[in-house]
Amino acid sequence: METAPKPGRDVPPKKDKLQTKRKKPRRYWEEETVPTTDGASPGPPCNKKNRELCPQRPKNAHILKKSRISKKPQVPKKPREWKNPESQRSLSGAQDPFPGPAPVPVGVVQKFCRIDKSRKLPRSKAKTRSRLEVAEAEEEETSIKAARSELLLAEEPGFLEGEDGEDTAKICQADIVEAVDIASAAKHFDLNLRQFGPYRLNYSRTGRHLAFGGRRGHVAALDWVTKKLMCEINVMEAVRDIRFLHSEALLAVAQNRWLHIYDNQGIELHCIRRCDRVTRLEFLPFHFLLATASETGFLTYLDVSVGKIVAALNARAGRLDVMSQNPYNAVIHLGHSNGTVSLWSPAMKEPLAKILCHRGGVRAVAVDSTGTYMATSGLDHQLKIFDLRGTYQPLSTRTLPHGAGHLAFSQRGLLVAGMGDVVNIWAGQGKASPPSLEQPYLTHRLSGPVHGLQFCPFEDVLGVGHSGGITSMLVPGAGEPNFDGLESNPYRSRKQRQEWEVKALLEKVPAELICLDPRALAEVDVISLEQGKKERIERLGYDPEAKAPFQPKPKQKGRSSTASLVKRKRKVMDEEHRDKVRQSLQQQQQQQQQQKEAKAKSTGARPSALDRFVC
Amino acid sequence: MTANRLAESLLALSQQEELVDLPKDYLLSGSEDEGDNDGEREHQKLLEAISSLDGKNRRKLAERSEASLKVSEFNVSSEGSGEKLVLADLLEPVKTSSTLATVKKQLNRVKSKKTVELPLNKEEIERARTPLEQEIFNLLHKNKQPVADPLLTPVEKASLQAMSLEEAKMRRAELQRARALQSYYEAKARREKKIKSKKYHKVVKKGKAKKALKEFEQLRKVNPAAALEELEKIEKARMMERMSLKHQNSGKWAKSKAIMAKYDLEARQAMQEQLAKNKELTQKLQVASESEEEEGGTEEKVEELLVPDIVNEVQMNADGPNPWMLRSCTSDTKESATQEDPEQLPEPEAHAVSESEGEDRPVAEEEILLREFEERRSLRKRSELSQDAEPAGSQETKDSSSQEVLSELRVLSQKLKENDQSRKQKASSEGTIPQVQREEPATEEEEPLLLQRPERVQTLEELEELGKEECFQNKELPRPVLEGQQSERTPNNRPDAPKEKKKKEQMIDLQNLLTTQSPSVKSLAVPTIEELEDEEERNQRQMIKEAFAGDDVIRDFLKEKREAVEASKPKDVDLTLPGWGEWGGVGLKPSAKKRRRFLIKAPEGPPRKDKNLPNVIINEKRNIHTAAHQVRVLPYPFTHHWQFERTIQTPIGSTWNTQRAFQKLTTPKVVTKPGHIINPIKAEDVGYRSSSRSDLSVIQRNPKRITTHHKKQLKKSSVD
Repeated sequence: METAPKPGRDVPPKKDKLQTKRKKPRRYWEEETVPTTDGASPGPPCNKKNRELCPQRPKNAHILKKSRISKKPQVPKKPREWKNPESQRSLSGAQDPFPGPAPVPVGVVQKFCRIDKSRKLPRSKAKTRSRLEVAEAEEEETSIKAARSELLLAEEPGFLEGEDGEDTAKICQADIVEAVDIASAAKHFDLNLRQFGPYRLNYSRTGRHLAFGGRRGHVAALDWVTKKLMCEINVMEAVRDIRFLHSEALLAVAQNRWLHIYDNQGIELHCIRRCDRVTRLEFLPFHFLLATASETGFLTYLDVSVGKIVAALNARAGRLDVMSQNPYNAVIHLGHSNGTVSLWSPAMKEPLAKILCHRGGVRAVAVDSTGTYMATSGLDHQLKIFDLRGTYQPLSTRTLPHGAGHLAFSQRGLLVAGMGDVVNIWAGQGKASPPSLEQPYLTHRLSGPVHGLQFCPFEDVLGVGHSGGITSMLVPGAGEPNFDGLESNPYRSRKQRQEWEVKALLEKVPAELICLDPRALAEVDVISLEQGKKERIERLGYDPEAKAPFQPKPKQKGRSSTASLVKRKRKVMDEEHRDKVRQSLQQQQQQQQQQKEAKAKSTGARPSALDRFVC
Repeated sequence: MTANRLAESLLALSQQEELVDLPKDYLLSGSEDEGDNDGEREHQKLLEAISSLDGKNRRKLAERSEASLKVSEFNVSSEGSGEKLVLADLLEPVKTSSTLATVKKQLNRVKSKKTVELPLNKEEIERARTPLEQEIFNLLHKNKQPVADPLLTPVEKASLQAMSLEEAKMRRAELQRARALQSYYEAKARREKKIKSKKYHKVVKKGKAKKALKEFEQLRKVNPAAALEELEKIEKARMMERMSLKHQNSGKWAKSKAIMAKYDLEARQAMQEQLAKNKELTQKLQVASESEEEEGGTEEKVEELLVPDIVNEVQMNADGPNPWMLRSCTSDTKESATQEDPEQLPEPEAHAVSESEGEDRPVAEEEILLREFEERRSLRKRSELSQDAEPAGSQETKDSSSQEVLSELRVLSQKLKENDQSRKQKASSEGTIPQVQREEPATEEEEPLLLQRPERVQTLEELEELGKEECFQNKELPRPVLEGQQSERTPNNRPDAPKEKKKKEQMIDLQNLLTTQSPSVKSLAVPTIEELEDEEERNQRQMIKEAFAGDDVIRDFLKEKREAVEASKPKDVDLTLPGWGEWGGVGLKPSAKKRRRFLIKAPEGPPRKDKNLPNVIINEKRNIHTAAHQVRVLPYPFTHHWQFERTIQTPIGSTWNTQRAFQKLTTPKVVTKPGHIINPIKAEDVGYRSSSRSDLSVIQRNPKRITTHHKKQLKKSSVD
C-alpha cells in the first residue's frame, strides 16, 4: 500500500537520501504536514515534531465530537473546512464527498455510555475538572467505537407473523417445521423416553449441548445439533435436577441423596456430600459457583473452580424447590411457600430482598437476561411479571386456568410457562419490553406434563422435558442471533474451549461481589471514607481539609490596627454568613416549589374557573 | 382501748429493762465509786429491786440526793427523776395507825364524790348557760355544724358514706386533671395572646370566622331557630361596630397612617382597607331568614331541574329500584370526596361510566349485600342526624360570641350570599355535600366485605386495557402511578381510595396487590386434567393449600417487615443513671425530664428504600465483603466521591470494549523498546545544574518526583 512518491514534494535532494531511507514510509492517509524537503534533522528532532503533532489529533476528534454523533448521516460543517486542504492533497485530486468519520446513531452510542450524568457534581477545581473531562471523553470514544462495531452483528432475529389477523398461537409446530429450512427443521425433534419418568434438562452455555436427567435415574448428555450422544448412564437413584458446569465437559446431577459431578464420558468425578437432598441447581458462570437449593432449607454455594463451599445459607423457609438466577447480577431468587420470593447473595446471611408475590406458595420463578423482569407463578393460579429495577412491583398479572408450574425466559425476552401438558409462550413488543400476557405467541401440547423448560441459547429452540421424554420446539425469535465468539462460541473446537476455560478462570469474579447492583464496584465506599477522614482528623488533631480561616493581610501606614483587622475579618465572616443564608433560602424555595408542583400533579384535574368561589 | 393496752405493755417493758439494768449499774458503780454512802444507796436500790420482784408493783420513792452527785461527769443517774410525788404518799403516815381510819373513810368519801372533769361531758356542753353560749349554739345548730364531736359535718359524713376511698381518689385525680387542663389552656391562651405578629392574629381570626360561618351554615339547615339567634348576634355585632369608632380614621394607628399615606403607597392601601372594612361591617344585613329558607327551597328545585340524577342520587336510590345505581353512585361520591373540590368533577360522565360498568356485571349475587348496605346506611343516617342536632344545641350555649369573630363572620356570610347565586348555576349544592360525607363511613365499612368476596367475573377487555395503561404509566413514573394504578385496577371492588392515612393505605395496597382479580388467559390449548398419580397427589395438596391461603400471608409479611424496619433503625443511647442526684431506693424511676436530657438520640438514617413499597423488604445491612473491594480513599485531585466515581464508571477491560478501544485505554504512558538500553538518570536530566551527590540521592529516594518533563528526557535518552 505504499504510495508513489509525490512528484513535487517527496522527491528529496540527494543529500538527504540516506536519512529518508531510514524514515518510515508515509501512507497517503497520514495527515502529516511535515515539510520534509529541506534538511530534516535525523531521528530525535523528527520524533519531536511527531510528538508535537500528536496532540492535534485528539483535539480534532474533540471538535468533531458533536457532529460525529448525529441522528442522520449529515455532513458536518467544520471538518470540511478543516479537511479541505488535505483533500486537495489527495492523490487523484478528487474531493472526499463524505469527509470525516461516519456519523453514529445516538441511540446506539447511548447504549454503551456508562457514566451516570444525572447526578450533578459539586463545584470542582480545575484539575479535577480536567480529569473528569478526560474520563468523559474516553467514555465517549469507547462507546462510539462500540457503536460502530454493532455493524458486525449482522444476524437478525427470527420472527413469526400471522397473516393479517391470524393468531400466531394457532400455528402449530408442524407448520413451522414445514416452513423453515432443513437445518432449522432438524432442530425440532422429540425424544420418546417414557420409561424413566419426567425429565429435567439443561443446555450448555454455548447452546450446543443438552443434558437431561429422568426422575428414574436416566442421565444423558448429547450434542443436540448433530445428535451425537456423549454419554448415557443410569445413576440408579432419583435425579432431581441436572446442570452443566462452566463447560460441557462437566455435569452436575442432583441425585436423591447427594450431589454428583460427572464428566462428559459419564464418569463420576465427585460426590459432594455436603450438598445433600438437593432439589434445584443453578450455575453462575462468571463466578464459577454452583448454587444448590436443598430440601433441608439450605442454599449452598459451591465454588467449582476450587471445590470449596463458599457459603451455606439457611433460608428459614422450609423446603426449597423453586430457584432461579438473575443473569444480570448473579443473585439467586428463591420462591417460598408463603408467597414470597427472596433474593440471595453468598456474601449476606440474610436475603438481600424479599418480595411478597402471591397469596399462595410460589411455584416457579424466572428472571430475564437483562435482569429487569421477574416472572412468578403461584398456587393462586396467577402469573405475574415484576419489575426488578428498584420498585419490585407487578407490571402485569394474569390468571392461568391451571397455574404455571414452570417458567423460563429466553435470551430475547420471550416467556414460556408450562401448565400441565401445555406450554404457552408470550412475547413482548421489543427486546427490552416485558412479555405482554394478553395473547400467547405460541402454544404447544406435549405428550405428558411438563417437568423442565429451557430456551436454548443462540438458537430459536425451546427444550421441554416432560414425562414422555424431551421435546425440542421451534420458537422463532427466541434466541440471540449474534454470539460473542470469545465468550460462548457454539462452534468452538476443543482447543478453543480449553483456552477459553483458562481465560474465564483468570477472569473469575469473586463470590462476595454478588449484590443487587453489580455496578457497586464503581462506587466509593462512603462509610469507610468518612470513617477514615474522621480517624485522620482525630489523629492529627485538626482537619487538614478544612478551609483555613480568613487571615487579613497586614497593611501599612497604620491601617493594620487591631480594630481594622477585626473589622476586615468581620466583613468576610458576614459575607460568608450571608451566602449561607442565601443558599438555604434558595433551597427552601426550591423545596416549596417542588411540593407545590407535586401537589398540583397529584390533584391532577385542571383547576376550574369556578374555584375562586369556593372558600 | 388498744392505746391503753399498748401503754401498759410499754410500761411493763420499761420496768423489765430497769430490772435488767440494775445489776449492771450496781457493778459499774461499785467498781468506780468508793464513797460509803454510795454503797449504802446501792444497797438500798438492791433491796428495792428485790422487793419489787414480788409481783406488786411498788413505786419507787424518790430520794433526795445531793446535786453534786447528779451532775456526774461519767454517769447520768436517773435517780429521783420521773417519779412524782403523789398525794397519797404524803397522806400516808410513816407508820399506819388504826386511829386514822375515820379520817381515811372521810377521805374516801371525798374521793368518791364527783368533781368537775375536764373536758366536760356532752350534756354539760350542750347545756348552754350564758347568753353568749346560747347564741353560739344557735348559730351552730342553724348551720348544722357539729357541736359535740367537732370532726365531720353531716354533709361530710354523708359524702364519706357515699364515696369510697378509690372513688374519692379518682374524683380527686379528675379534679386535678381538670385544673391542670384549665391551667394549660390558660397558659396557651396567654401565650397566644402575647404573640405580636399581626399576621398570625389575622389568620387566627379569619380561621375562627370561617369556622363560625360553617357552623352557622350547618345550624341554618338543622336548627333554623338557633340560626336566627345567631343572626341576631351578627346584627348586634353590627350595632357595636356602628357605635364604636374602631375602624374609623380616629385611632392612633389610623392617624399615623394618614400622615404616611401621602408618601407611602402601602399605608394608603392599609387605610383604604380599613375604611372598606368599616363599610362592610356597618352595612345592613338583609335579615330575611324565612326568605333565605325559601331561597334554599327554590334552590333545591332549581337543582333538581338542572341536575336531577347526581345531586339527589342518594335519596333517589335509597328507594329506587336499581341497586346498581346506588353502588356506582357511592363510588362516584367517594371519588369526588377524595378530590379536593367535589363540584369540579364532570360527574354526569363518571356516573354514566359507572352505570355502564354496573350493567355489565351480574347483579344477582350482590343484591343481598346491597340490601344490607342500604339498611345500614339508613340506620347511620338516623343516628347521625340526631348527633348533628345535638352539637347544634350545644353550640348555641357554648358559643363564645367574640365580637371580632362575629363581625368577620358577618362579612363572610355576605360573601357567601353572593356566591350562592353562582353556586346555583353550578351542578351541585352545599346541601348535598354533607350527605355525601355522611355516606363515606358507610362505604368504608363496607369495603372489607367487598374485598372478601370471592372471585367476581369481570369483563376481560376492560381490564386488559387497564393493564396496558398500567404498563405504560409504570415506565414513566414508577411510584406515584402505582397508587393510581391500584385504584384503577379495581374500580369495581374498591369504590373508594382511602387517602387519609398512609399506614392504612399501605395495608390496603398490599391487600389489593394480591387480591386483585386478573383476567384469565385465553389459551387455545387447555391442559388436560388427567395427570400422573403423583401429579394428582400434588394437585390435591395444592387444592388444600389454596383453600388455606388467606390473609395470613399478608399479615405475616407485614409483621416481618415491621420487625425488619425496627431492627434496622438506629438505637437511641440512654445515659440516665437511676438514683443519681435523687433519692435512691427500690422501684426507682428517673423522671421524664431527666430521661429526656440524658437520651442521646440516634441520628435519623436515610429513608429506607422500601418505604413506599409495601410488598418488599429490602435488606439495608451493609455488605462488608463487597465493601472490601470498593475504593475507600479519595485520590488526590478529587474532593467529592461523586467526582471520582465518574472517572471509574467506564470499564476498561476487553470484555466491555472493542479491541481497539481496549488497547487505547490500556496503553502505558511510556513505551520502551525491548532490548534497548535505558541510561540512568543524570542530575542534569532532572533539571539540576550541579551534579552534587545530595541532589542525586534525593532523586533516587523518591522517583515519583520525576515529572513528565523528566520522562520526556528519559525517553529521549532511550531513543538515543
